[in-house]
Amino acid sequence: MKLLKIIGLVLLVVLVGLQFFPARSNQNTIVPSTDFVKTYKVPEQVAQMLYTSCYNCHSNNTDYPWYSRVQPVGWFLENHISKGKEELNFSEFGSYSGRRQQSKLTSMISQVEDDKMPLASYTFIHSDARLSAVNKKNLVDYLKTLKN
Amino acid sequence: MKKTIILLSLALVSWGAFAQHDHSKMGHSTEGHSNMDSKMENKTMVQSSVNVERSKSATAIIDNYLALKDALVADNSTKAASSGEKLFDAFEKFDISAQAKSQQKELAEIIEVASEHAEHISENSGSIDHQREHFEMLSKDIRDLTLITGSDRTLYQAFCPMYNNKEGGVWLSASSEIKNPFYGNKMLKCGSVQQEITVK
Repeated sequence: MKLLKIIGLVLLVVLVGLQFFPARSNQNTIVPSTDFVKTYKVPEQVAQMLYTSCYNCHSNNTDYPWYSRVQPVGWFLENHISKGKEELNFSEFGSYSGRRQQSKLTSMISQVEDDKMPLASYTFIHSDARLSAVNKKNLVDYLKTLKN
Repeated sequence: MKKTIILLSLALVSWGAFAQHDHSKMGHSTEGHSNMDSKMENKTMVQSSVNVERSKSATAIIDNYLALKDALVADNSTKAASSGEKLFDAFEKFDISAQAKSQQKELAEIIEVASEHAEHISENSGSIDHQREHFEMLSKDIRDLTLITGSDRTLYQAFCPMYNNKEGGVWLSASSEIKNPFYGNKMLKCGSVQQEITVK
């Protein structure tokens, strides 16, 4: 029991110590002209879906939950967001080559159609990010109009 | 004491939740590619031919692309992943500066996108459907690439009208015999040669 107590205390100290190393924040107030919504003049309804279900991990502006301030949770989020942005960054979409834009559109459509995105682990916590059948169809139909 | 343990386990659980979150593949699937081209080509279905320069500059890319294609024909996801990795390396090593100046921008764009597909294929061993989705898009890029760089061998562009909810999918082969990489053993003979890429 005494050993447990010591281990517990050490871990507690470590956890408290971690709080002094906050994660880098992915937030920007300015929406760049290369943003997906600006590039394609996306209709408001579709834009809202993208903001709620995609932009937190796939843009340069994350609407962080309170627990992102708690480490190591914040670090994991940061790592996750940086991977998400590497795959697809809506804020920079307009700067992609035409070929890359088309490739990403194709991938978006199939990811949403196959229910692979938004991630189940994400919608588990953010239930508002879940796409209803109707929303899913509207989103996919809209994305298909952007393909050539 | 109890409180500490509860706190710690809470911390661990949230850690776990995010670790899992993080693991989830950010992979992209790819369907509905090459719409206009393939739809049009599908309608006409006339076998055409295009002539390209004889060149060895894209040999490593073509070799590894074809190995990837063969792995998918054989329904072998592991092999497809390792070919995808080699293909990725071949893109990295490709010397764009040795190509005509006017084509370098286009080539860089093709290679950027094609490398992403190769990378996804290499990272998705075990999920062959996803690999095939990327392979379909990749095939179009490889074709566009060889039209610029030239080829060291005749290539056949084949078309499977059934793939991706009947939107169809193209692939390249060194032989005119149909061996379908999108369905493998399930529908090995589905498809037809659309275009012959011949070498001058």
